Amino acid sequence: MSITATPGGPVRRLAGLLHRRPYLRLATLLSAPLLWLVVAYLGSLAALFAAAFWTTDDFTGEVVKQFNLDNFQELWSQTVYRTITVRSVGVAAAVTVIDAAVAFPMAFYMAKIASPRAQRWLVIAVLTPLWASYLVKAYAWRIMFSGSGVLSWILDPFGIHGPGYGLPATITTLAYLWLPYMILPIYAGLERLPNSLLDAAGDLGARTFRTFRTVIWPVAVPAVIAGSIFTFSLSLGDYITVKIVGGKSQLIGNVVYDNIGAADNLPFAAAVATIPVVIMVIYLVAVRRTGALDNL
Amino acid sequence: MTQMNTEEPGVSAAVELRAVRKTFGEVSAVDGVDLEIGDGEFFAMLGPSGSGKTTVLRMIAGFETPTSGSIRLGGREVTKLPPFERDVNTVFQDYALFPHMNVLANVEYGLKVKKVPKAERRERALEALASVRLEGFETRRPGQLSGGQRQRVALARALVNRPKVLLLDEPLGALDLKLREEMQVELKAIQREVGITFLFVTHDQEEALTMADRVAVFNAGRIEQVGTPADVYEQPATAFVAGFVGTSNLIEGEAAQSILGRPGVYSVRPEKLRVDTDLDAELPEDEHSATGTVAEVVYAGAATRFVVDLDAGGRLVALQQNLQSSSMDVLKLREARVRLAWRREHEFAIAGPT
Repeated sequence: MSITATPGGPVRRLAGLLHRRPYLRLATLLSAPLLWLVVAYLGSLAALFAAAFWTTDDFTGEVVKQFNLDNFQELWSQTVYRTITVRSVGVAAAVTVIDAAVAFPMAFYMAKIASPRAQRWLVIAVLTPLWASYLVKAYAWRIMFSGSGVLSWILDPFGIHGPGYGLPATITTLAYLWLPYMILPIYAGLERLPNSLLDAAGDLGARTFRTFRTVIWPVAVPAVIAGSIFTFSLSLGDYITVKIVGGKSQLIGNVVYDNIGAADNLPFAAAVATIPVVIMVIYLVAVRRTGALDNL
Repeated sequence: MTQMNTEEPGVSAAVELRAVRKTFGEVSAVDGVDLEIGDGEFFAMLGPSGSGKTTVLRMIAGFETPTSGSIRLGGREVTKLPPFERDVNTVFQDYALFPHMNVLANVEYGLKVKKVPKAERRERALEALASVRLEGFETRRPGQLSGGQRQRVALARALVNRPKVLLLDEPLGALDLKLREEMQVELKAIQREVGITFLFVTHDQEEALTMADRVAVFNAGRIEQVGTPADVYEQPATAFVAGFVGTSNLIEGEAAQSILGRPGVYSVRPEKLRVDTDLDAELPEDEHSATGTVAEVVYAGAATRFVVDLDAGGRLVALQQNLQSSSMDVLKLREARVRLAWRREHEFAIAGPT
């Protein structure tokens, strides 16, 4: 009961007002972040979507703000864009599968086997790479994949040539970059899984693999999907890694980037940029329909 | 129901522990436990938290392996076997129902693992749900059930496998008082019906005394006493048992010498004491008595608890049914001089403090 404001003072009156009006309290709490969300976040998305229906004047290069579907028509008719889209989705899917396969056992060890002390250190160890710059990590992998790099040094004695720069290098590097975003949600999900459920499965006669298939995995699926949303969307939008280790390969992000820079066709770039947005929306709707998010 | 031992001649116990020890690092959780539990028995392991009772249960279930000693189930050596190779099932303290399966799938789980045909599986699961009075709940998820219902599902899920021994870890711990009392009666009825050996762990002495045929009282990783509820309650073997099962009410040292005329440690249960307000009333031959001052009177509805500081030293608690007295009368007795009297057959000598 330590009220510093004097009776009837402005602070006290304000506190009283906020106490009596819950909506005012809520407005004070949320107006700033909501403003940010609407203007900066949804606003820019709306601008992007609107710009996708504009064109540029072929002579002057000026943006013509007139609604038409030319950009989408071109995206649909030119097979190269379809190829790039399929390739980008393939890379994102591969990255997601690799991350899930690597992250699950690691997260399981962290959540269920490691001592509480080791658990804390492992979480820190998983987070630490996020402190290093994206570029530094990508270039580190460029060196690994280079002709005189670590990979060649390991593989050459066996007569195997390293993959060099290209899509496999891109997938490997992206899988490395986004791994923490997969480990952390799975770790959090498995940590909430009571140990007694594992005991119960064994008690009812289930061996290790069956326990995994019928108890651990179904309970952990929402967490894996949460992780996959990160790894999939981050991979789908990436264009820097592929530039550094991808050789001549192009992904959606590169098309967007080239149209903003070299081609100076902002409306077409916007149209291309809607592709990953649409793919992610489809992915989220599909995930929702499987019911995997019901237990979140 | 008697199981014949296939390895050794003679009748074997449902559960048999020999010199079982378990250490976690430096800490000794179970320190040499010998125990034999008969077929069809309702057996309680009673003790405070950290006394090793849950660890013993987990070793019988197979979740922990003893550091030394041996465990036999129905005569079969199982000390090192994993849980899925033992003919026991467990009802967990938090019930451990699978949250992503409905009630029926939870109950069928064990049968499915054992590849019981679908029709039989369904039939047995429904039967088990009926035996715990949960018909009509098949399609519910555990999250949609109350604590008591979840408890029944856990029970059905274990019983449907028809194990030799059912292990229950603090089965009623998470329920509120009223539901707990109901389930105590019901568990006992279910056990009589199915005839399976029930082995349950509890820290609640009333629960142990109410439900069990026999009780083992645990303290610091050892068993202090095994016996029927009446044995451990009325003839506690040690001061610990006297204190843990009920109120200890010890008469010891000089008080024992002056009141009972002999040295040692003795225990009298609170409800065996009579509170006389007339200190000079005639005392029957077969009774002992001690005078003292009432330090505290606690009115508890059906009964009143008197805490009396004895003139000879020490303090006893007496429990009196409120047969005639109203609350106002008994509360007036605070700081009054009273005489406690009890029949000699109700005082028991106890081994020295442990």
